[in-house]
Amino acid sequence: MDPLLRIVDLHKKFGELEVLAGVSIDVKRGEKVSIIGPSGSGKTTLLRCINYLEKPSAGHIYIDGTLIGEKKVGDKFVHLSDRELAKERQEIGFVFQRFNLFPHLTALGNVTIAPIKVLGLSREEAEQRGRQMLEKVGLAHKIDEYPERLSGGQQQRVAIARVLAMQPKLMLFDEATSALDPELIGEVLRVMRQLADEGRTMVIVTHEIQFSGEVSDRVVFMDQGKIVEQGPPKSVLFNPQQPRTREFLKHLQER
Amino acid sequence: MSFFQVMEQKGWYFFTTLMGGWPETLAVAVCSFIFAMVIGLVIALMRLSRWRALRWFAISYIEFFRGTPALVQLFVIYFGFPDIGFQPSPFQAAIVGLGLNGAAYMAEIYRAGIESIHRGQMEAALSLGMTPGRAMQHIILPQAMRTMLPPITNFAIILLKDTSIVFAVGVVEIMALARNLVTETLQSAAVYLIAGALYLCVTIPMSRLAARLERQRQAWQ
Repeated sequence: MDPLLRIVDLHKKFGELEVLAGVSIDVKRGEKVSIIGPSGSGKTTLLRCINYLEKPSAGHIYIDGTLIGEKKVGDKFVHLSDRELAKERQEIGFVFQRFNLFPHLTALGNVTIAPIKVLGLSREEAEQRGRQMLEKVGLAHKIDEYPERLSGGQQQRVAIARVLAMQPKLMLFDEATSALDPELIGEVLRVMRQLADEGRTMVIVTHEIQFSGEVSDRVVFMDQGKIVEQGPPKSVLFNPQQPRTREFLKHLQER
Repeated sequence: MSFFQVMEQKGWYFFTTLMGGWPETLAVAVCSFIFAMVIGLVIALMRLSRWRALRWFAISYIEFFRGTPALVQLFVIYFGFPDIGFQPSPFQAAIVGLGLNGAAYMAEIYRAGIESIHRGQMEAALSLGMTPGRAMQHIILPQAMRTMLPPITNFAIILLKDTSIVFAVGVVEIMALARNLVTETLQSAAVYLIAGALYLCVTIPMSRLAARLERQRQAWQ
C-alpha cells in the first residue's frame, strides 16, 4: 500500500542558505514519526513545506498519492491555484508552536469557523462537532472563553481541537509545547498521546525527547538540512549509530 | 453696524439658512465615505498583492491622489469629463472626486491595519483550508478593524470638513449657502464664523469618539 505521506528529495533555499538539502521520508498510515534535531536543522521548515506554508525549492510531496501544492501538466510540474491548494490543505492539520488562535473568536468560534466556512457545515453541525472536539481535549467548560482568557496549555489544546474539527488525514505538530511554561506542557502532551493512541498519522517536530520515545514508531534525527539517522526510538535515542546523533543527545542530557 | 450687532440681528437668520445646507453636506460626506471605504479596500488589497503590476498600480494610485489637490481632482472630473463625453451632475462629481481622493488615504489605513496582524493568523487560516481571500474576510479584517477604527474616525472628520470644497462644482451645501449669504449681506465674518461653528458641532463629538476608541484599543493590548 502507498504510504500516506511521501516526501521525495525536498530542497528549500532561503536566498543562499540551504535549509533543506534533499530530504526523503515515507510515513505510513497510522504511523507516528518524531523529528528531532538542533535548531536550524530544517525540521520546522520541512514540516511547513508539507502543507505548503513554505514553497519547496525542489522536490515533491505526496499525500495518499496526490501531489501537494503542484500538479503535473504534461511532463511539467506547475503550482496549484489558491483554491486548489486550500482544498489540499483541508486534509493536513497543522499545530503551531505559538498556537495562532483567532483572538476575535471564542474557543468554540475558533473550532467551528473552518468547518463552517471551508467545509460548508451548518452552524448546528459545526457546533456539535466543535463541542465534541473541545470535550476531547478537556475544555468543555471553556467553550465560550476568548483565547486571551485561556492559559497557554489551554490555548494549544483549543488549537488541536480546531485541527481535529477538520478531520484531517495527517496531523503536523510544530514544536507544540516549546512556547509553554513547563507546568503546562504535560496537559498538551497528554492530548497528543491520546491522539496517537487513536491511530492517527502524526508527524511531530519536538524537543521533548522522552515524549518522542514513548509515542512515536520512528524517530528521525535531522541536522543541517539532512536526515542523519532514523529508526525505532529505542535504537535512535538509546543506541545511536551516528556520532552527530550521539553528540546531540548527549548535549540534551547535560542540559 | 458692529460685528456684535450683526450677530444679534442677523445671527439667527444666518444660522437657519446655513442649517439648510446640512442635508447636502451630509449626503456628500456619507456617500463619498462609503465610496472611499470600498475603493480603498480594493486599492489596499492590490497594494499587498503578490503581483507586481497590481502593487505598482496601487502605489501610483495612492501617490497620485495624495499628491495632487482634491480641488484639482474635482475640477478634472466635473469640467474635464464632459470632454470625454460624460457630464456628471455636481453631486456625482463631488462624491466621485472626494471618494477617489479619500480611497488613497483609506488604502493606507487598511494596509497599516492588515499589516498589524501577526503573520501566524494568516498561516493558521490557510492551514485550515481557507483561501487567502476567505482568510482576509473572516480572520484578518475583523481583527484589523479594531486597530483601524480610530484612524477611520479621524478620516471621516477630515472628509466631512473637505466637503466644503464641493461648492466649487456647484453642490449647494453649507459652504455654498454661506457664500450666497455673504453676497447678499456682505457680512463675511459673521456668516463664515457661523458656518465654521456648524462643522464644529459635528466634528467635536466625532473626535471625542475617536479618542475614546483609541483609549479602548490601548486597553485591549
